Amino acid sequence: MKATPIFLPHAPKPLGTTQRRDRWWLEPLLNFIGFTAFVAYSLWVAFTPVGSHGLNYEWPQRSTLGWTYLSPFYSPLFGPTWWHFSPAILVLWMPLGFRATCYYYRKMYYRTYFADPPACAVSDTRFWQGKPRPYRGETAFPWILQNAHRWFLYLAIYVLVVLWIDALQSIFFVAPTGQPGLHFGLGSAVLLVNVALLSAYTFGCHALRHLAGGNVDCWSCSWLGRTRHKFWAAVSRLNEHHMAWAWTSMIFVGLSDLYIRLLAMNAVPFSRFPWL
Amino acid sequence: MADVRFRVWRGNASSGAFVDYDVPVTEGWVVLDAIHWIQAQLQNDLAVRWNCKAGKCGSCSAEINGKPRLMCMSRIEDCVIDGTITVQPMATFPPVKDLVTDVAWNYTVNQRIPPLAPKPPEADGTWRMQPYDVDRVQEFRKCIECFLCQDVCHVLRDHQTWAFGGPRFMVRTASLEMHPLDTGSRLALLRDARDGLGLGYCNITKCCTEVCPEGIHITDNAIIPLKERVVGEYFDPLARGLTRILGWTREPRT
Ligand code: SF4
Ligand code: SF4
Ligand code: FES
Ligand code: FES
Repeated sequence: MKATPIFLPHAPKPLGTTQRRDRWWLEPLLNFIGFTAFVAYSLWVAFTPVGSHGLNYEWPQRSTLGWTYLSPFYSPLFGPTWWHFSPAILVLWMPLGFRATCYYYRKMYYRTYFADPPACAVSDTRFWQGKPRPYRGETAFPWILQNAHRWFLYLAIYVLVVLWIDALQSIFFVAPTGQPGLHFGLGSAVLLVNVALLSAYTFGCHALRHLAGGNVDCWSCSWLGRTRHKFWAAVSRLNEHHMAWAWTSMIFVGLSDLYIRLLAMNAVPFSRFPWL
Repeated sequence: MADVRFRVWRGNASSGAFVDYDVPVTEGWVVLDAIHWIQAQLQNDLAVRWNCKAGKCGSCSAEINGKPRLMCMSRIEDCVIDGTITVQPMATFPPVKDLVTDVAWNYTVNQRIPPLAPKPPEADGTWRMQPYDVDRVQEFRKCIECFLCQDVCHVLRDHQTWAFGGPRFMVRTASLEMHPLDTGSRLALLRDARDGLGLGYCNITKCCTEVCPEGIHITDNAIIPLKERVVGEYFDPLARGLTRILGWTREPRT
């Protein structure tokens, strides 16, 4: 059946027109402040790998002790000789692409940065400067590219594995002498919490929820159906709070980098737990 | 309780305006009670659609203080701002009279969706389903067709993109697509942005979920899973190949 409108278009409504009487602008405003601040911090981090005291993203140098704290912005750490810019640029596109195509972030930035719509029952940008604009949503370029989210999920899982290794090698390490060693500092705790939050975010992904078992219509009639149903249910549990995991993990990534950076700059004292 | 000033939209398909009524509200009243009081005491010709006054028939949808809500489920003390409450018809659908709108378009969308195509019954002539297979679709059956989600969705409300079926019909399509007995496939229909349901128009901004009086997680549990199914079918050759080889999906591809 043809999809024809059965009534006449409404009068043009400029952006932000609403009968709402509550503070609907508060949420987009907070999102704008929080997210813009994070982007600004990330850019600064990505483009300042070294300071006058040496590396900003790694402390102490792995070669001296066998363990190190590595900033999550720089992990996995690649350093091909032909590359003359910050190593962060070689890795950041992976988590960036993952978050940029994440269903939660999409909601957040379509609302906050594209005002499409800015809030519920508040007019969006259709009548920008009085003229109606065509709307394609995610049916056409550029937003149809969001469909690549699951490919970024695979990359994000790879990065996550490396971050687990980073956190664990700051605890269980092999000294340059070949001796195995144990160390547990505040930095190890920071890196562990960071990777735990990132895991909760990544394993609550909608694309994973689909791949884990959401794509099955009849679990009891499918191969490994019970297992897939359990896996789907577990992802669903994390998925319910996907927004919370998105924000906490993002903020904690920033804090982890900040701590390592301050250590490298000698601005905070090194603290390790006395019993280790 | 003190009088509350109700600012009610009065009009018809061609024109209308807000009219103020002071209503002596009683504790425990909902907005629909006040509308009924106005109708009984002041303006007998005030048009309002309602049936159950229990949040179950989906008739009394309106916009209260600019927010799409059921009038019978909105307590007055929760809605008063500076002594007033505004009540107006749903903005997305054409007004008929006062608070009544013409929601017929929604039923034409419904006709675009092929109904359940159950697989053949078992030898004893019946079907059996496991509880854990049907749990997921139960949520979608709570829908009362109030069309508040259709009203708030900016694709319909602002962009007036009628090739989009709207959130309520994504819920219905999801209930069929995820049904353990169904053999049909509505993925081509979902993807078709001209004459189908235009799933891609939704930019998952979640207003439908925010207003649903039944608390259905429309975006997370219906729309996004459907989007992922469309990705698997049309944008992910790897998943498509694997699915075919392992025989995970037994639906015909239309
Ligand atoms: S999430 Fe999609 S369907 Fe729901 S209101 Fe937003 S654009 Fe419309
Ligand atoms: S999905 Fe919710 S908001 Fe939409 S019609 Fe059904 S009950 Fe109403
Ligand atoms: S949906 Fe948010 S990470 Fe995939
Ligand atoms: S009157 Fe039935 S839902 Fe409000």
